Amino acid sequence: MDLIIILQAGVATGTVLLFATIGEIFAERSGVLNLGVEGMMLIGAMTAFSVTIKTGNPWLGVFMAMLAAGLLSQAHAFITITLHADQVVSGLALTFLGAGISLVLGEGLSKAGTVSLLPNFSIPLLSQIPFIGPILFTKQSILVYFGYLLTPLAWYYINHTRPGLNLRSVGEYPAAADSLGINVFRLRYFYVFLGGLLVGLAGATISLAVSPGWFSELTTAGQGWIAVGLVIFAQWDPLRAMLGSYAFGALRRLILDIQGPTVLFGFDNPFYYNPYWGFFLQMLPYAFTVIVLVIGSREAMRKRLGAPAALGEPYIRGERGK
Amino acid sequence: MAESTALKKKSAGYRIRIEPRLDVPPAWYPLLVSVGALVLALFLGGILIMFAGGDPLKSYQHIARASFGNIGVLSDTIVKATPILLAALACSVAFRMKLWNIGAEGQFIMGAWGASAIVLAPVLDKDSPRWLFLTVMALAGMGAGALWGFIPGFLKAKLNVNEIISTLMLNYIAVAWINFWIFGVWSEGGFQMSPKFPLNAWLPRLADYAKSVPAFRGLTTHAGLLIGVFAALILWLIVYRSRWGYEIRLIGDNANAARYAGINITGNIIYVMMLSGALAGLGGMSEVSGMVHRLQTAPIAAGYGFTGIIVAWLAKLNPLAIILVSVLFGALILAGREIQPSGVPKMIQGIILVCLIASDFLLRYRVRIARAEED
Repeated sequence: MDLIIILQAGVATGTVLLFATIGEIFAERSGVLNLGVEGMMLIGAMTAFSVTIKTGNPWLGVFMAMLAAGLLSQAHAFITITLHADQVVSGLALTFLGAGISLVLGEGLSKAGTVSLLPNFSIPLLSQIPFIGPILFTKQSILVYFGYLLTPLAWYYINHTRPGLNLRSVGEYPAAADSLGINVFRLRYFYVFLGGLLVGLAGATISLAVSPGWFSELTTAGQGWIAVGLVIFAQWDPLRAMLGSYAFGALRRLILDIQGPTVLFGFDNPFYYNPYWGFFLQMLPYAFTVIVLVIGSREAMRKRLGAPAALGEPYIRGERGK
Repeated sequence: MAESTALKKKSAGYRIRIEPRLDVPPAWYPLLVSVGALVLALFLGGILIMFAGGDPLKSYQHIARASFGNIGVLSDTIVKATPILLAALACSVAFRMKLWNIGAEGQFIMGAWGASAIVLAPVLDKDSPRWLFLTVMALAGMGAGALWGFIPGFLKAKLNVNEIISTLMLNYIAVAWINFWIFGVWSEGGFQMSPKFPLNAWLPRLADYAKSVPAFRGLTTHAGLLIGVFAALILWLIVYRSRWGYEIRLIGDNANAARYAGINITGNIIYVMMLSGALAGLGGMSEVSGMVHRLQTAPIAAGYGFTGIIVAWLAKLNPLAIILVSVLFGALILAGREIQPSGVPKMIQGIILVCLIASDFLLRYRVRIARAEED
């Protein structure tokens, strides 16, 4: 158990959650709750792996994964934005659909062998910084570095640009945005699609970088849902999403590492001698998600902010605004 | 009149107009729409099966034959429908209050664990009479399920924690929890299952009466079906004929109106989550005592709680309709086990749910094709 290794791996695995959480933040900021993250992530992971095996080109795999998840997200967009259906149920349906399709089309992929992965590399100079260097800038996947770029960009875009202002207005008070000539429907479609692209990227990050391969539903193991929870913890802010994602990534690695040594803090390691105690460790990410939700919800109540005001509400032109 | 412009299309002098439905459609109309959605879903599923290299017509024929073909497979279908029925009832009562309990899966698993603990801990001596065993197991299953529903209910009511995510997380925790017991404490000789329950902890099966009714030979349909049907009747009475049910429906339809009417919303959130958890837990007890006869992960954590969500929705949250829809989905899952590729039943369930939700549009809006000049 080495702190630096745990944090380094935490940043790598946390990148999956980071992409998915930021994707969901975009969708929710526009007022559309998309609970289909888990399903879209599975589609992304399956597509990335499958395309890369067939073509040998991981970049094509990433591209197709994003496209596939983006297309799936448009089913949710159509059902909720145009047909005004309940966003919760539609999102759930999307998860079933994504899981089902990826199981059917991914049949046999688990034995398909290994793929050429996305490149890992260290950044000169930056990797020399003590502590930070080995954690953030040494032998990380190119997608991890992309995460470093994406997060501040997403934060800046949402909070300090004109299109970001439009995005927020559509999620807070669509009727007012509409009266100013902003096309509420088009923007919502767009941000649900953008969210889908990023969730697809998260899926590709799993199957092409973090834990390469296709292991049916175990590929994601609920990470899509954890991402939905992290959005609330992050208070719809990409910077906080980054913090939460990396913490969860590190936790996953810690759980693996804690089961290795025979002696833990001077005691016989119970997780080594009785491996079934490890099931309690497996509960931790899910238990922490609940705890993190409690923290996020309390904070939202105290500060009287939080969810975009129109989150979950279909916008119907001509109906009285809320 | 409110009018969605997003769907307005112009073509050759005609335009499609979407109008909110002001009149109440005839009673057969929702049924027609649901059946239409089902047919469309099977059609879309067929296209995807073809895409994956299968033969859709053969797959569907196989599903029909392998689930309703003779009395033996029909009995197996009903065995599969039983846990779905109880899980769907659990979902329906929570959904009725717009409480998104996605945790029927975890509550079902905890119910199975609670019932198993009575046999394996052991709470009751293994020679206890059957009526005592089954009663205590049912109560333990309901209690464990209710506890698993109480946690998210309490968090929602007191701390405003989103119940969708908390119930989902509790599903994963429940699986790890029973794995701990199955792999560790109750493992039978290191295998990943508990010892088999004694016969007096089994729910009676039709086959048990084969001596007096020869036709029952080999039929595994068990008393869980009676429990499920009975629970559906009780739930129907609660939801549609009791004051509590009225409160639940009012909160679901209009939470603000309910609040002004002085209905205790926080309390009801907790009670309904516990009722929902207890129903799912009863399903877990019925499955472990009627079908599996031991605690084992794969047959217990088999996704009945998730299928229950779809069934509840397809049945429009009506407990009596849920009985019928459960049988259909029992058939789909039973027959689906042998179909290649193996994800087909899950995919079809997803497509059915998507089509259903989309079809609700036709219940709330009217689509008219009118001449352009009329506008």
